[in-house]
Amino acid sequence: MAAPAMAAAPADAADVEIELAVVKSPIVGTFYRSSEPGSASFVDIGSTVKKGDVLCIIEAMKLMNEIDSEYDGEIVNIYVENGQAVQYGERLFAIRTR
Amino acid sequence: MFKKILIANRGEIAMRIIYACRELGIKTVAVYSEADENSLHVRFADEDVCIGPARSADSYLNVPAVISAAEITGADAIHPGYGFLSESAYLAEVCEACHIKFIGPDPQVIRLMGDKARARRVMKKAGVPILPGSDGPLDNEEKALKLAKEIGYPVIVKATAGGGGRGMRVVRVPAELSHAVKTAQREAEAAFGVGDVYIEKYVESPRHIEFQVLGDHHGGVIHLGERECSIQRRHQKLLEESPSVALSDKMRRRMGAIVIDAAKAVQYTNAGTFEFLMDPGGRFYFMEANTRLQVEHPVTEMVTGIDIVKEQIRIASGERLSYKQGDVTFTGHSIECRINAEDPDTFVPSPGVIHVFSVPGGPGVRVETFAHSDCTISPYYDSMIAKIIVHGRDRQEAIGRMKRTLEMTVIEGIKTTIPLHLRILADPDFVAGKLSTSFMDRFLARPSTGRLAEAV
Repeated sequence: MAAPAMAAAPADAADVEIELAVVKSPIVGTFYRSSEPGSASFVDIGSTVKKGDVLCIIEAMKLMNEIDSEYDGEIVNIYVENGQAVQYGERLFAIRTR
Repeated sequence: MFKKILIANRGEIAMRIIYACRELGIKTVAVYSEADENSLHVRFADEDVCIGPARSADSYLNVPAVISAAEITGADAIHPGYGFLSESAYLAEVCEACHIKFIGPDPQVIRLMGDKARARRVMKKAGVPILPGSDGPLDNEEKALKLAKEIGYPVIVKATAGGGGRGMRVVRVPAELSHAVKTAQREAEAAFGVGDVYIEKYVESPRHIEFQVLGDHHGGVIHLGERECSIQRRHQKLLEESPSVALSDKMRRRMGAIVIDAAKAVQYTNAGTFEFLMDPGGRFYFMEANTRLQVEHPVTEMVTGIDIVKEQIRIASGERLSYKQGDVTFTGHSIECRINAEDPDTFVPSPGVIHVFSVPGGPGVRVETFAHSDCTISPYYDSMIAKIIVHGRDRQEAIGRMKRTLEMTVIEGIKTTIPLHLRILADPDFVAGKLSTSFMDRFLARPSTGRLAEAV
């Protein structure tokens, strides 16, 4: 991903810098990409998000907890699968921030 | 029998529970805070789940996190160990609601015994001797003064929701009572969230004698004898032993029967400990009951040959007790020393990295620890890093065995209380069995002559 940027001989450092924020799970539970089975995912790779947008749901003790984005940016990686058990601190998303 | 048990604890007791589970063929789930990522209990459990940051309130005390970890791993039971959530009626209730077995007594029994004033009333009704005191929380100053006069000074003011020595004040003259009550109430409110206090007779220099019980869900209740835990500093136990030199077989049988009646009166199930003060005249007074496994359970195991944690698991899974009272025998003498990561003179905590960790073996030596060479003792949790337990034919052999074991234990990189234990073991009063809860006060007040010569 960085290679093309290098080859383009950037005019200033800001083009090369990539601010990557990793969203980690704040709770223990089961990770879901959408609000219910069959409905569209909250976000996909490439989605643009704003601070406060819902990224996913983590279910714990039958309660659905919405995990909100703390950043503006673009989803560049999703580390977990729909329905996967996650622990505290587990990496969920990588967001390239502006 | 359970297929998978989640251990809602850390350190040496998490290891202890893993031992029992492995021997019973039960899978284990370790939960851990970020500070314990490399801890031994995580390494040896079949599965592990990180449940929060280092702070206990956000991890080991976090009921939703613990329950959620049980759900995602499919654990069918939770063993809470001691401390943390082990006496949380709330956790026990949530477990019930989520169809996870809580390895301990029922929530209502936990609640009952957790309310110290209520427990006293119930025990009194069950025929257990209790210290004279207020039957409930103190209402007003006038009543308190009147009651204290009836009981006779000195009296002690205690928090009904308390334990571990907090929210307590000794009062020797009527003029001090009002202030002591107010202070204890404030402390209790701050520490336990409940400001209720009660008063009881204060026994000078008593022995702390506690009885271990096991109850199953079929009405079976047995006792496993007593432990003497008189060596305490600020109400924290340092050294425990079984049996107590102060108890004859007759006294043991009598108190054992009383404790069984008391357990049956509250329909007690699983493991529990009934704590008493024993005055110099041999009279017992009920203090409190702990509705969980205790730190010092190994000395009872050494003397009776009974695996208490396995019995807890069996009882919780619905089995009858493996033993009848007549099967319980007491052989030899056992002593346990709690090794803390503290300066042995100032008791200032000494967290850090242990560079060398080596404990000797030999007959009658048992070590319970999570520590090892190159492990980090973090400052977030209590300072106990190991329990060293010995068993001997008699008390004299046990003392000699503990002495040589501690002398040959190497823990480098942090300070430990091993030198303190060696001094206690060499003390003439200790060797003579002249123990009481004021032992450490006297001991620590003595000028430290010859300490350099004794330093390890």
